[in-house]
Amino acid sequence: MSSPALALQEPSGLTPGFDLPRVRSDFPILRLKVNGKPLAYLDNAASSQMPQPVLDRLIRYQTQEHSNIHRAVHYLSETATAAYEGARRKIQKFINARDEREVIYTRGTTDAVNLVMHGFGRALLQRGDEIILSQLEHHSNIVPWQMLRDEKGCKLRVIPCNDAGELLLDEYEALFNQHTRLVALTHVSNALGTVNPVKQMIACAHAQGVPVLVDGAQAVPHLPVDVQDLDCDFYCFSGHKMFGPTGIGVLFGKAQWLEKMQPYQGGGDMILSVTFERTVYNTIPHKFEAGTPPIAAAIGLGAAVDYLTEIGMREIAAWEHELLTYASGQVQALPGVRIVGTAIDKASVLSFTVAGVHPHDVGTLLNEDGVAVRTGHHCAQPVMQRFGIPATARASFAFYNTFQEIDQLVAGIRRVQKIFA
Amino acid sequence: MDSKQLYQEIILDHNKKPRNWGNLADATHRAEGVNPLCGDHIWITLKVQDGLIEKVAFEGESCAICKASASMMTANVKGKWVEQAEQLVQEFREMATGRLDVAAQPNHLGRLVVFAGVKDLPSRVKCAILPWHTLHAAFHNRRTTSTEGDADPMGLPAAKESA
Repeated sequence: MSSPALALQEPSGLTPGFDLPRVRSDFPILRLKVNGKPLAYLDNAASSQMPQPVLDRLIRYQTQEHSNIHRAVHYLSETATAAYEGARRKIQKFINARDEREVIYTRGTTDAVNLVMHGFGRALLQRGDEIILSQLEHHSNIVPWQMLRDEKGCKLRVIPCNDAGELLLDEYEALFNQHTRLVALTHVSNALGTVNPVKQMIACAHAQGVPVLVDGAQAVPHLPVDVQDLDCDFYCFSGHKMFGPTGIGVLFGKAQWLEKMQPYQGGGDMILSVTFERTVYNTIPHKFEAGTPPIAAAIGLGAAVDYLTEIGMREIAAWEHELLTYASGQVQALPGVRIVGTAIDKASVLSFTVAGVHPHDVGTLLNEDGVAVRTGHHCAQPVMQRFGIPATARASFAFYNTFQEIDQLVAGIRRVQKIFA
Repeated sequence: MDSKQLYQEIILDHNKKPRNWGNLADATHRAEGVNPLCGDHIWITLKVQDGLIEKVAFEGESCAICKASASMMTANVKGKWVEQAEQLVQEFREMATGRLDVAAQPNHLGRLVVFAGVKDLPSRVKCAILPWHTLHAAFHNRRTTSTEGDADPMGLPAAKESA
């Protein structure tokens, strides 16, 4: 254990189903002091930190294994290719995809959604077709579909939510008609933490013959995800939100869709043969991976998957649930503080406003106490509009967070209130 | 920096009790200013007679830094000539972006130097500058301004923030 300030016993007596001090000691950045205070990193929904095994894997790759993949016959190229494809199989197993060919490397969730917009939407949708989105979407699952709408003459329909931030399922079902071609839905709201009942919502769409894309950026790091059990057609997530590197993400797609889709980008590695008359595209997943990919980042993501698997996603979800419950209780008890997003099923996100204090002032002052939270609209302006607020402060937890860090947050909010009293 | 240097009594006081709050019915100049990244949104109205700022008012929704900056700005420029106010716009902008050392270089900022510390908080510079941008836009009969794009106070494209 690196920090003597970290108590072994949590105040409530609750303990995680894994060795928390050991896990914390795996994350070198958590030892930082900010403004002379121990860092309380509560901005995991924006980006998470990397543990030493992932950092070590990146260094081992760059110092002993690096070359371009799928190219040469020499030792390094074969080693790099094996590690890159090995990481794909780890990810496949982690989300329980049927086939490793269904795991496409992307730059991140945004890139994955754009790939589907291009490869599926542009190729298969027509004027008058409709796409169903939800009120809770991140801009990355809104803007690509607006671009498609404007280009194709499609229509977007929005599933509303209630005051707790839960989607209204009756209204959802009523949005379907003979023009509906796709549902694009977030698994967990990045701004509110709502866990949407995606399995049920996918079944509903499939009953109408409509495929579903799930934005899983906020779900994969926090709860067990099984794409076969969900039966989603597409599932998108980012490496850097699940303790891996930036610049890598994943699109899971059912092979039957991926094979029908047009390539996203043209270039090397996505072809079988090229003449000036004609190009024959490579098979999936390579058809969607033009050019030299971020090889190290993909291998690092594989190492992050190993790390998460070793701790256990059920144990992670259970501990984060304790953190969220404790934090919600503590923050709720502060007069003048309002929690935004009070769904019954929530993951890891606590958005709040402090009466009389703009969220940006809250964020700047919490930073003084070493507490890192996100402030703003969280790239989800329609959510802010729904709740009639310009912004919130958002604390978002990972499995390495502690009750002490939540106490540090709560003390920080009290100080903000004192300064602005 | 220590935020105590920024969140000083004077700034907290202007945030709580903003001066010249409102909207002038007889305005000769007006402009709307937005900071799209953080959501600060203000309106400024002015009554200018023969180059003299007779009245100025502002309203809107913003963080404490932006609101206090707007409040102190209106208190400062009321009764001044437009050219004097424009000079303050320039000096405030240079102070907030760290190009004017208020302790070492001559300036007309007076108590506005309480905002000098904002230069160490890059994400908050735009909050402090927005009212001054908006005042400048109003003088030049531009109805809206933003802290992004051409009016980005951070100047260089490399310094722009991502969404």
